[in-house]
Amino acid sequence: MTTARDFLKGNEALAYGALRTGLNAFFGYPITPSSEIPETLAVEYGNPQYPAFKVFLQAASEIEAINMVIGAAATGAKVMAATSGPGFSLKQEGISFAAGMELPMLIVDVNRGGPGLGNLGPEQSDYFQATKGGGHGGYRTIVLAPSSVPEMASFPSLAFSLAFQYRTPVIILTDAFLGQLKEDLMFPEVPAPEFDTSWATTGARGPVRHVISSMHLDLPELSRHSEHLRSKFEEVDRREQRSEKFDTDDADIVLVAYGICARLCQRAVGALRAKGVRAGLLRPITLSPFPKGELAAFVERGVQKFLVVELNTGQMLQDVQLATGGRARIGSLQRVGGLFPSPSEIVREVEVMAR
Amino acid sequence: MIGIEGHYEVKLGPLPTLTGKPTHYCAGCEHGTLTRLIAYALHELDLRERTVLVDSVGCSVLAHEYLNVDAIQSPHGRAPAVMTGIKRMRPDLLVFAVQGDGDAVSIGLSELIYAANRGEPITVFLVNNGIYGMTGGQMAPTTPEGMVTMTSPHGRDIATTGAPIDASKLLATFEAPAYVKRVLLPVTPTPATDFYNARGSIEGARSVRNAFRVQEMGGFSFVEFVSTCNVNWKMSILKSKQYATEVLAKVFPPGLFKDKFGVEKR
Repeated sequence: MTTARDFLKGNEALAYGALRTGLNAFFGYPITPSSEIPETLAVEYGNPQYPAFKVFLQAASEIEAINMVIGAAATGAKVMAATSGPGFSLKQEGISFAAGMELPMLIVDVNRGGPGLGNLGPEQSDYFQATKGGGHGGYRTIVLAPSSVPEMASFPSLAFSLAFQYRTPVIILTDAFLGQLKEDLMFPEVPAPEFDTSWATTGARGPVRHVISSMHLDLPELSRHSEHLRSKFEEVDRREQRSEKFDTDDADIVLVAYGICARLCQRAVGALRAKGVRAGLLRPITLSPFPKGELAAFVERGVQKFLVVELNTGQMLQDVQLATGGRARIGSLQRVGGLFPSPSEIVREVEVMAR
Repeated sequence: MIGIEGHYEVKLGPLPTLTGKPTHYCAGCEHGTLTRLIAYALHELDLRERTVLVDSVGCSVLAHEYLNVDAIQSPHGRAPAVMTGIKRMRPDLLVFAVQGDGDAVSIGLSELIYAANRGEPITVFLVNNGIYGMTGGQMAPTTPEGMVTMTSPHGRDIATTGAPIDASKLLATFEAPAYVKRVLLPVTPTPATDFYNARGSIEGARSVRNAFRVQEMGGFSFVEFVSTCNVNWKMSILKSKQYATEVLAKVFPPGLFKDKFGVEKR
């Protein structure tokens, strides 16, 4: 139970945000640091305040969970799963099928540290896996990156809108820090919209029936399907790039950071401005499609220097390099293992670059 | 009509639950037989408008091409999980899958066990021919000891690969499943005559119908069809029927393992 104004962990806020936008079903498997999402939803399951929330089920594995999500999605339900690192890897086969079958769904990845078991600290090292497809066969999904607890609460609504509009899995990529961070928030008054589900498999009436399949044995047919998926993502790329800018209008150097790193960079930009350094920040909200239009516009305007700050060993860096087309100097400040750069470290790095 | 007096009868010819497309199944394969048995039961019980078929991976991957119902594809072995997602969201629907032994008893055993243990009101038809059919005749967890396959060219050695897994017996150990049955589906040679007995089809038809009835009553239903794969067994069709009767049915003897609602008696 929440009030319109509350003080919650990011994971809890995300769960309530999903409920408030009319979540129908959740299938999950516990994994730290995402477990508050299923725990919160388990508590609220059956609460008459959320009449649309019809199914909560803990699966026996990450694989079982994603396939339950596929089944529920095929009925046109608003369905989600939440996981972290190793679990996100296990879900990739299912996400590939869902992308191929054009099923709307929400997958939350609360990024933890390192390859393998790693640790439970925050990283942004699932960036490649989330934004470049992640599973087999060549596809893209939409990836949203909240940077605060209020955004953890409001992004499920955005995610479902995009998922149903484009009939695609949408991923909310967050991290251990944002999942565990407690902040004040106001729940936005979001409607629980009804989406077009005329494609769903809910029994064939009359001569018309629906078959949802990613299999196209005929070679030209699969080629056409892949072309359709590609052109669909091109439309997403054209229409859905989202980002936020801070102090960039007159900036000589633009920091690029998402999620929790953007919060650190915002502090750093404030400190730099106080010192007279004209720094700004671009915060990608959609990591896929990547807001390359904004970056290209900065280069067009004459920005020569960018600093990418991320909790991995240089992943979003590559997208910034691509978007700026070799026409600017790109610095990279990286931290892994669950550690952060401090705002003063970011300030020092910018000062060195600004010289 | 085919049938035996006092037994269940299956109508031949077109059905609204069949698309009418010729199947890709090899001559002598029981998948085609089962497709018709399912189509007939769906028609007879008037279930088409509430049915969702979940395609598995294997020879039944194209089941939606022949069964004229709503359908969704599942990844290899995951059909029971996909079915769970559909059924939990829409308990009014009838949800079923045709899975092979490579799909259900190997890569998808976990999904099968947990769906059965939860007593999901869904139906799994397992076509057990003791081998991977679609991928070209590799060893399955159900392959009988000594059988030569593409990946056990010297015959299955159970000392190193384990003994055949009996899915029906395994599922029957759980409390929740309501209907677990094994049927020998192929025609069986009658000794010393040229006649073949089609009892398997009749028994199969009854079992498919019962499985759907059990699901409608809220129970998990599972029917294992001991079947042939003459192409990958590298036998003539007739020889494969004999092998199914003499070898496979000894490893997997037909029987009723569970019938909580007593549908077999009604």
